[in-house]
Amino acid sequence: MLRLGCGAGFSSDRLGPAIDLAEKGRLDYLVFETCAERTLAFAHRDRKLDPRRGYNPQLRARMRGVLKAAKANGTRIVTNMGVANVPEAAKVVVEVARELGLKGLKVAAVTGDEVTDLLGPDTRLFDNHDKRIDEVGLPFTSANAYLGLDAILPALESGADVVITGRVADPSLFLAPIAHKYGWRTDDWAALGKGTLVGHLLECGMQITGGYFADPGRKDVPRLADCGYPIAEVAADGSAVITKLADAGGMVTARTVKEQLLYEVHDPARYLTPDVTADFSRVELAEDGRDRVRVAKGNGSRRPDTLKVTVGFDGGFLAEAGVSYAGPNATGRAQLAADILRERLGRESGIGRAGTPLRIDLIGLNALHGTAHGARQAAEDVRVRVAMRTADRTACETMLWEVESLLCCGPAGGGGYRGQITPSVVTHSALIARERVMPRVEVLVA
Amino acid sequence: MSGETMAETRTRRIKLHDIAHARAGDKGNTSNVSVWVYDPGDYGLVKSQLTADKVKAAYPKLIQGPVRRYEVDQLHGLNFVMEDALEGGVNTSLGLDSHGKSWSYLILELEVDVPENRGPG
Repeated sequence: MLRLGCGAGFSSDRLGPAIDLAEKGRLDYLVFETCAERTLAFAHRDRKLDPRRGYNPQLRARMRGVLKAAKANGTRIVTNMGVANVPEAAKVVVEVARELGLKGLKVAAVTGDEVTDLLGPDTRLFDNHDKRIDEVGLPFTSANAYLGLDAILPALESGADVVITGRVADPSLFLAPIAHKYGWRTDDWAALGKGTLVGHLLECGMQITGGYFADPGRKDVPRLADCGYPIAEVAADGSAVITKLADAGGMVTARTVKEQLLYEVHDPARYLTPDVTADFSRVELAEDGRDRVRVAKGNGSRRPDTLKVTVGFDGGFLAEAGVSYAGPNATGRAQLAADILRERLGRESGIGRAGTPLRIDLIGLNALHGTAHGARQAAEDVRVRVAMRTADRTACETMLWEVESLLCCGPAGGGGYRGQITPSVVTHSALIARERVMPRVEVLVA
Repeated sequence: MSGETMAETRTRRIKLHDIAHARAGDKGNTSNVSVWVYDPGDYGLVKSQLTADKVKAAYPKLIQGPVRRYEVDQLHGLNFVMEDALEGGVNTSLGLDSHGKSWSYLILELEVDVPENRGPG
């Protein structure tokens, strides 16, 4: 039996429950998945500003939290917290190990995912109407291929205590330890499909233990504030039980597992990873005691010949600003504020005309589902929210100023102005032939 | 819309939220929402009524591309894949929920007809 835990399902995921897993999970492996497409694009920007950055900002805190317990309990760590700067991230892990007195700790750095120099202006983006990179109209910043199992296996074979990667497919972070433990061949598609299923279920952390699930009165989750991360007990045949620490909040039921099963999945029979074309369409689930769900019948067929590449672009800035109205005729006053903003921004600065789209929502009436439903009836607590994205920072500042000026110049009773300008990235996807991507492993010793 | 399947029984109309749960995910400008009935006994009526066409027709301004439906019968679940349904996706949408995380509740507020004598959701 192999015990795998997930200690992060995204970049900013909680640390405390990951420390619990390291201390009490009796795990063989603890995996931290923190690398979304946009996270990666932002990390490239960070590295450009400072060559010693570009890895997960919580890497040091996470390692300080779990490394000692993990080493003491024989739990190996696998993580993509290297993001856009694996070599620096590996150095940070070594530093933390020394600081904690863990002399001799081995850290394997998996690189080779960065393919920025292998793409050209004529590379096609399959998720963007097959446009070429140079037709996007934004500065091209970075490209990373999704590495898989075969890039991580040599790192595990090196005996490393910590394996740190950049862009790898999320399920591969979990599949690699399973395949390593059970000696699966990298063309045993049925087995790899089962292991990929386990990885897919675990990769979003608490999304399978009660997070992103609760709907009070319909789907109640016990002690959600103290939700625990998931654990998978994986058998040699690839079947698994999904569970959690007994004293952690949250829950594991057939329902929590079902919702995660198809999270971000399109055709359940064809889930593509670098390792396999996984088939989740015949999966069977059985509750096997409290907070234990048995997962079986994952399957797979031959892996794709190409690797997916995340291509990052500099998207300029996202500017957002808002002001609120409450009480009688709040809706009328908020609508008037929106009308004034459209008129003034368009007339004075051309904002909201072609080229610089402007969006104004009335939060409380139509913000999230506005396009789907159109405006709903009046509310008495309404926030005008204005958003725009542009490379022109001055235009962003102009918009914020106009919104703030409504406090004195706009409708009665407006309050609660807030505005912010944040850097924006745009990502698209391309494909690259597998043989053009060369993964490498370097082992550092603390 | 359910005249054929429900012709023999008197029915009442409820929100899908009363009998099913759902989760939304995004990839680029494509949203997927998986829908799971609480009671396997409701799967047949949901499968016959909650068609891809019904979802597409419910939100014509939001869902600009085709809608495909995948069925996972043994787990009593349906997966709706809606293309060009995220106002450009997280890269370009200026919406507050640019991932469409809340799209699951757009599906759950659609209505289905259930037998009148069926117990509360």
